[in-house]
Amino acid sequence: MIELEHVVKRYGGRGAVDGMTLTIEARTLCAFVGPSGCGKSTTLRLINALIRPDEGVIRIDGQDIAAIKPETLRRGIGYVIQSIGLFPHWNVADNIATVPRLLHWPKARIEARIDELLHLLRLDPGEFRTKFPHQLSGGQQQRVGVARALAADPNIVLMDEPFGALDPPTREALQGEIRRIQAETQKTIVFVTHDMDEALRLGDRVAVMQSGKLVQFATPAEILAKPANEFVRQFVGGADMSIRVLAVARVAERMRRDGAAEGEPIRERASLKEALTLMMTSGREILPVIDDKGARVGIIRLTDLAHL
Amino acid sequence: MSAMRRALGLSPLTWALAAMLVALVLVLPHLFAPMHWLFPQIERPVYERASFVELVLSHLTLVLASTTAAAIVGVSAGIFATRQSGAEFAPLINAIAAIGQTFPPVAVLAISVPLLGYGGPPTLVALAVYAALPITENTIAGLTAVSRDVKDAAEGLGFSRLRMLADVELPLASPIILNGIRIAVIINIGTATIGSTIGALTLGSPIIEGLSASNPAYVLEGALVVALLAIWVDRLFEDIVRAARRHSGLVTSDADAAG
Repeated sequence: MIELEHVVKRYGGRGAVDGMTLTIEARTLCAFVGPSGCGKSTTLRLINALIRPDEGVIRIDGQDIAAIKPETLRRGIGYVIQSIGLFPHWNVADNIATVPRLLHWPKARIEARIDELLHLLRLDPGEFRTKFPHQLSGGQQQRVGVARALAADPNIVLMDEPFGALDPPTREALQGEIRRIQAETQKTIVFVTHDMDEALRLGDRVAVMQSGKLVQFATPAEILAKPANEFVRQFVGGADMSIRVLAVARVAERMRRDGAAEGEPIRERASLKEALTLMMTSGREILPVIDDKGARVGIIRLTDLAHL
Repeated sequence: MSAMRRALGLSPLTWALAAMLVALVLVLPHLFAPMHWLFPQIERPVYERASFVELVLSHLTLVLASTTAAAIVGVSAGIFATRQSGAEFAPLINAIAAIGQTFPPVAVLAISVPLLGYGGPPTLVALAVYAALPITENTIAGLTAVSRDVKDAAEGLGFSRLRMLADVELPLASPIILNGIRIAVIINIGTATIGSTIGALTLGSPIIEGLSASNPAYVLEGALVVALLAIWVDRLFEDIVRAARRHSGLVTSDADAAG
């Protein structure tokens, strides 16, 4: 659990973060979203003490981080940045091993952990272990960046616009990976983005920021249904709202347990938007629904999507 | 042989130059006939006051000792100037390194004589002072060039300042720092010859003596060996810098295959 209490950080008299109070529950993904300069990245860097607040207290699991040696604190928190920042003189395996080595893990444990993480990020260890960063695509580099952040199994992972520099398909694939990894590993993830779609898709809760202040902190559904003010409404994008709801809501929330359907199924964890896309491309109004293991669990109809 | 060559990472050209240098040094004392043919009016056309092996070893000792001292001082100064605590001194250190290089080496040598007398020691000091300048300058340039993103990631992952310097900054700056050392060594190989004007035993000895005694044969012999030595060391550094870049994964796979 991460708690911020009346946190203020000023740059040149202006409050980059201006009296921020919020609690991020453990094992959830919290997305900070807002226009550039709103203080979302500053908030993130306050959590791992890359910058110190001028006022207020930040606690992790009840402990004031000001009392922890910064290096020790940071080794316990994963960190992913937009520019990735892989060490260009180290291969993939060495990059991933960074924090375990700083923590003096035994060699065998580090080697095993590297393979485990490459599998988790869907990179073949045989192929990628010995590659250097400049030999990887942008998407592969950021997969390694995420693996490096997760290496020492930190409870908290901070991500500062991690996919901002990637092309849309790569970006969507990695967003999917983050949701899956979060579900599998139960990390507390703090995710900064300027893209409301990304925030709504990934966040269990979304923190909307404007000029250093927190304007709304709620679930994606609440933000879509009840934007706190005109700024949030604008940011969510008035006209596209219903389409965004489709992107946020899951098939599991609308499916029926009874009934039968034929053809290509949809996963229950998929979004309603994906279900609609599949209906349109396959020309069907009813889709079978399967769970993660591939077992049939029900159906979803076109009309089920419309009940907003 | 080829396995060893690959292990050391030295190119065939470097080996060839080394062989040429050794051959030249060994053969020079026996070149009375061709030298006499080239300079018929000179009675003793082969320098014999000291053997060329002795001259090369003495010359290289001066260059290596002075450059090692310069590297320690220069790299330390460069590291200090790029730390937070040394940031105030960075412009000053940079200015000294830049202005210092505009001093002619002879002037540095002239200044060190009244302080240290004649012979090897003043030459050593003058060479070290002079060589420290490009090394300092390149260390600052190399450390400054390390990408902000990489340093940000390192800091965020929990590197201490010292670990960041040793594991990230210095390895990434090493090709540029090594280039500074290379410049310093090459300058010193040439400048060390002037040391013979104040009594140091170097490859400049035959050159200086040849000039003062109107013996162009001595000048030619000294100059040939010095030139070949400088070219060989330059190639040697080329190989070392390339190996450092390859080792640090800073080259593309194409260049890797070509190298």
